[in-house]
Amino acid sequence: MGVRTWIQDWPVYRQLSGGDPLGRGAAAESRQTRALTARTETADRVVKSVCPYCAVGCAQNVYVKDGEVVQIEGDPDSPVSRGRLCPKGSASLQLTTGEARRHEVLYRRPYGTDWESLDLDTAMDMVVDRILRTRWETWQSELDGKQVNRTMGIAHLGGATLDNEENYLIKKLWTALGIVQVENQARVCHSSTVAGLGTSFGRGGATTFLQDLQNSDCIVIEGSNFAEAHPVGFQWVMEAKARGAKVIHVDPRFSRTSALADLYVPIRAGTDIAFLGGIINHVLSTGSDFREYVLHYTNAATLVSEDFRDTEDLDGVFSGLDEETGHYDVSSWQYEGADVQAAAEDRDSLYDERNAGNHGVAESGRSESHGSGGAPASSRAQRDETLQHPRCVYQVLKRHYARYTPEMVEETCGIPRETFLEVCRALVENSGPDRTSEFVYAVGWTQHTVGAQYIRTACILQLLLGNIGRPGGGIQALRGHASIQGSSDIPTLFNLLPGYIPMPHAHQHEDLDAFVEAVKAEKGFWANMRAYVVSLLKAYWGDAATAENDYCFDHLPRLTGSHSTYETVLAQLDGTCKGYFLMGENPAVGSANTKMQRLGMAELDWLVVRDFSLIESATWWKDGPEIETGEMRTEDIGTEVFFFPAAAHTEKDGSFTNTNRMLQWHHAAKEPDGEARSDLWFMYHLGRRIKERLRESTDPMDRPVLDLVWDYPTEGPLEEPSAEAVLAEINGRGPDGAPLGAYTELRDDGSTSCGCWIYCGVYADGVNQAARRKPHTEQDWVAAEWAWAWPANRRILYNRASADPDGNPWSERKAYVWWDAEQGRWTGHDVPDFIPDRAPGYRPPEDAAGTDALAGDDPFIMQADGKAWLYAPAGLVDGPLPTHYEPQDSPVRNPVYGKQQRSPVRQLLAHHHNPMHPGPGDPGSEVFPYVVTTYRLTEHFTAGGMTRWSPYLAELQPAFFCEVSPELAAERGLEHAGWATVVTARGAVEARVLVTERMTPLRAGGRTIHQIGMPFHWGPNGHTTGDAVNELTAMALDPNVHIQEDKALTADIRPGRRPRGPRLLDLVRDYRERAGITASTGTETKG
Amino acid sequence: MTDSLIGRNLLAGAEPDPARDAGHTDAPPRVGFFTDTSVCIGCKACEVACKEWNAIPEDGLEFTGMSFDNSQGLGASTWRHVAFIEQGKPLGMTHADVDHSGLDVLALAAQGSATPVDRAAITPTTPGPPTADGRTELRWLMSSDVCKHCTHAACLDVCPTGALFRTEFGTVVVQQDVCNGCGYCVPACPYGVIEQRPGDGRAFKCTMCYDRLGAGQEPACAKACPTDSIQFGPLDELRERAAARVEQLHDLGVADARLYGEDPGDGVGGDGAFFLLLDEPEVYGLPPDPVVTTRDLPAMWRQAGIAAAGLLGGLAAVFAAHGRPGPSGLAALLGRTRRR
Repeated sequence: MGVRTWIQDWPVYRQLSGGDPLGRGAAAESRQTRALTARTETADRVVKSVCPYCAVGCAQNVYVKDGEVVQIEGDPDSPVSRGRLCPKGSASLQLTTGEARRHEVLYRRPYGTDWESLDLDTAMDMVVDRILRTRWETWQSELDGKQVNRTMGIAHLGGATLDNEENYLIKKLWTALGIVQVENQARVCHSSTVAGLGTSFGRGGATTFLQDLQNSDCIVIEGSNFAEAHPVGFQWVMEAKARGAKVIHVDPRFSRTSALADLYVPIRAGTDIAFLGGIINHVLSTGSDFREYVLHYTNAATLVSEDFRDTEDLDGVFSGLDEETGHYDVSSWQYEGADVQAAAEDRDSLYDERNAGNHGVAESGRSESHGSGGAPASSRAQRDETLQHPRCVYQVLKRHYARYTPEMVEETCGIPRETFLEVCRALVENSGPDRTSEFVYAVGWTQHTVGAQYIRTACILQLLLGNIGRPGGGIQALRGHASIQGSSDIPTLFNLLPGYIPMPHAHQHEDLDAFVEAVKAEKGFWANMRAYVVSLLKAYWGDAATAENDYCFDHLPRLTGSHSTYETVLAQLDGTCKGYFLMGENPAVGSANTKMQRLGMAELDWLVVRDFSLIESATWWKDGPEIETGEMRTEDIGTEVFFFPAAAHTEKDGSFTNTNRMLQWHHAAKEPDGEARSDLWFMYHLGRRIKERLRESTDPMDRPVLDLVWDYPTEGPLEEPSAEAVLAEINGRGPDGAPLGAYTELRDDGSTSCGCWIYCGVYADGVNQAARRKPHTEQDWVAAEWAWAWPANRRILYNRASADPDGNPWSERKAYVWWDAEQGRWTGHDVPDFIPDRAPGYRPPEDAAGTDALAGDDPFIMQADGKAWLYAPAGLVDGPLPTHYEPQDSPVRNPVYGKQQRSPVRQLLAHHHNPMHPGPGDPGSEVFPYVVTTYRLTEHFTAGGMTRWSPYLAELQPAFFCEVSPELAAERGLEHAGWATVVTARGAVEARVLVTERMTPLRAGGRTIHQIGMPFHWGPNGHTTGDAVNELTAMALDPNVHIQEDKALTADIRPGRRPRGPRLLDLVRDYRERAGITASTGTETKG
Repeated sequence: MTDSLIGRNLLAGAEPDPARDAGHTDAPPRVGFFTDTSVCIGCKACEVACKEWNAIPEDGLEFTGMSFDNSQGLGASTWRHVAFIEQGKPLGMTHADVDHSGLDVLALAAQGSATPVDRAAITPTTPGPPTADGRTELRWLMSSDVCKHCTHAACLDVCPTGALFRTEFGTVVVQQDVCNGCGYCVPACPYGVIEQRPGDGRAFKCTMCYDRLGAGQEPACAKACPTDSIQFGPLDELRERAAARVEQLHDLGVADARLYGEDPGDGVGGDGAFFLLLDEPEVYGLPPDPVVTTRDLPAMWRQAGIAAAGLLGGLAAVFAAHGRPGPSGLAALLGRTRRR
């Protein structure tokens, strides 16, 4: 540096010589300041990715410098997120590169008191040993004389945080090994969504996409804390609001969502069916339904069987209830003249499948198999187009909801009549040819003993208002994990095969044809189910699958009832289930009745946990609550535990399916450090080692493994399998091996293969369509060239209904898809969800079947009759129409049906650690006088595994708390910011107290109801720690899909911290005794 | 250029172009933040995005009980802070005529922006009348606060080391390689924004992501904000946009909507980061009428100069009487010392 430069660099010189006489600007710049460069500028690469938290699917740009990720921020090109991220997404740099992540395999030997280190290779081999040993020891070829070919000794949980490709390999390998207890977060979050939407419309996904919210005239957010749980998606609500839409939030708590709404409606937790039923009654009794839509596009005109008896006739239950077993025989719910038995070739399977005469089938979560194909029903049932016939669906509906008056709504929900009518008016005024309203919900609706029926009620209402399949309309199911839609579509779920094909149930002599015959629909695209099944079997077993061997249909293990994650816990407790894989799921915090989750794991022989950090499900043997209470001693626990560090989304290729069925590809920015590996790597190499180990086996039980196609190319020093190769298999190949373009190309003769028929087209032309990233600024608002959505890249489902029966838009304002008579094709802003050239006036001949039987005005092409179902004659096991029942634990007698308190067919898992509370008015019910509801905060994520370890997120919400009203605080002497203990018959937790007027006491059932709000993110491990709210919840389940009720329960609250050690057990025992709880408490079917 | 500055008070009053007046001859248009609190969802993405970009340490896990505000206020390690205010006022149709005369502004300022622990569930503003069923309606205000990047920034004026400086974008930034931790800036800030980091000693605050601005990128908080509550851009443009938004809200019946810090005629010459609020500034923990604490500095210096001249004259006379040379190095008083 020359002297001259040196002098000129002196600030005083600059101050005196330049234009900055006070030395507060240019003159004061330091050398470091002048050299400052943004690290986004100096990065070597920008890698396109997708946020790993919720299912909005915000696009991320990952900046890489010298092989390390240095910054992650929003990708402005995304049509969904437009470059924005919530606090969690903004913290994903800390998530992926922070100190909380583990990078080494850990091992806890049986009865060991601490972790030991273990190298990855040895650990993999040890896991292979254990799988093979347990499988051998627990193998069932037959059960009760029926072939099952499975093991109940091994179970799996987790998948919603993983890629589609990973879920695909998990399901594929486990299925080949005969493991049927495969589950993920979708079970406990949105399984009832699939059943509710699927039976109503034919597909189980949200009917629309987030950006379309901006076209809505009225948005009702109910059962969702939208602004908090899906903040970036909420921008579209704000867009709608800016355009004049009315935003209504119905929720037990005034949340950050309520704060932005035009109208907040407080509701008693667990009463949404009464509220929505009230609106249905309002619409029907005032004749406000969209009659032309209802008549043409729903089953309103269809006649119901003479044998059907409604809850109106039978004091709150439907016909067919078997009080002994607590199950319905659903045959009387059918359409008039529909005789499903008549079509039966195999009476055993077909009759059982459809009528739930075999409770095993009914219990096996079959309702969830309508995720992309409706329930079987007659497509030729009689109709009365005048809607006057007393047994037509319209009249049945009218009678059913007649008692849901504004007074009844007030009495049940605690919502003042005027407020209720304001909602009714807003919805009616904003529905019709010219206007549309949209419903948005999340797990506030799904997690109930009548969860599927919650969704059904919204479906009925939206159909009556003509809001399905139209812009600004629809039902937006907000799903909560990056790929939880994907882990339903490519299911790591016990009851499903990819594409919502049901897992076969054990029957006498059921072959492929009998299976298909029993499940498929007569009409529409679900009639082609055989092509989907055969193509899947070809993808699984390749050349080994031939017409002669039924395409290896018998390689599939068989179900015998429910094998959901909750039944798995019971199986662990009774010693049936000995090995357990947890991949990115934390049941010790996140599932209902966490004590049973941990006690179940303590009975295992071995446990494999794959995660970022040492979550509670990995360390319960060492520091879990039962160690503290003395119920268990570490040195007595024989479970062998393996901890494998997992790779982050930035360290692997793969696709997430967002909440609107959109697959988005994320690219690896770097390889994982240390022994962290992707789940794709783990599954592939595990499968490879297993196949290697069994190479010489001639045992028939190993045939499905040996035949399994498992030849994915690997790349890089870690031998990472190619995710794109897996995607190509999922997409499917034609006879020539070329990628297929659409599921309509699938054949049932074994000439095509396809790993998930609804994803067929995602790799069309050999191009990864999920990786498409054309900026939203360069296309229209639908942004069809951003990624790829199933089915067939449609963004609004059932969009044929956006046109009138003649094919013209209902109005210019709401034009979306319409018939172009000149071209003889459907056209518009989206891919038409219809046969492209089927004219609106087309009427199929009498004998037509399958897609040929779809009339020009049958917009619901996956439904057995082409119509949306106001009334569900099949598909659900707890009623063809939603009816208000109180939650399992409720402080209020059912105001709607005084003689039927709870759903008669709700599923309760009997166990002494899973007791229920006395019903209202019963002795002891006063012990648990308050209502608890659980929820999410913006700052945290699910069971906390991805946020509690993040300092930036932990400091924003640093403690487990409960929200109570000033009135309840006064009643119980709770001190603001102090501690409170909340108690149920299952457990007791302590939480900091937030006294707030946002919690409102309600008047319902003739009394004041106090509600307590509790976020469910905390657990004992991590940077911020606290008790887990699921210590309080019970395994009280929806019988359709086995989802737990944790959005409405009862509890007591008392000031102060909970007791420590054995005294905690004493406290809970004391409560049980005071409430007089026995094994039969709260378990009655009728009454 | 320099000529035009002579005789002007650069520490207060009209200042249309602070960057140019700080020697940035080719300064781009002045940029700033417009934070529209009426669309804030309180998600705190701004707080996290800021910390991630600027590598700010986590600064304490404290459950405050102040609504959902656990970061409590701006500080050395919190450069964006979201305030939560629970009020007994109706949603949407807010009242323009709510009387705040009974408010203890100082007490509010002392507690930060949210409801204090002992007054939780008692709102700091007058609740609206109860509805027919006996409930009072409720609203929950959320607002992301940040350094105001004042046109007249007292922190910068008092900084003895030149660590604080005015950038070419018109923003105010602490240069960490210069700051010696003297802390003069801390009491100088009329908003209580800047703070010394415990254990480090140096002063820290929002830089408006100076490094990102240099790369043509918007600040991390504005980029992340899910609802565009935080808007970044040329200040003139933001002021126009904000005026239109206030008008729109007034038309919708939200008479309470008002801008804070956008007025170039206010005590700090207008803020580089200004806000649309739905209530009085005090409710959000903002001073109602901030004044640059160095406003009277020129006058004070003049007085000091006269006094010093008198003193010097006296001294000179004394020294002259003794035949010794006068004091030298006067120039040092005009310049600044630097931390090495």
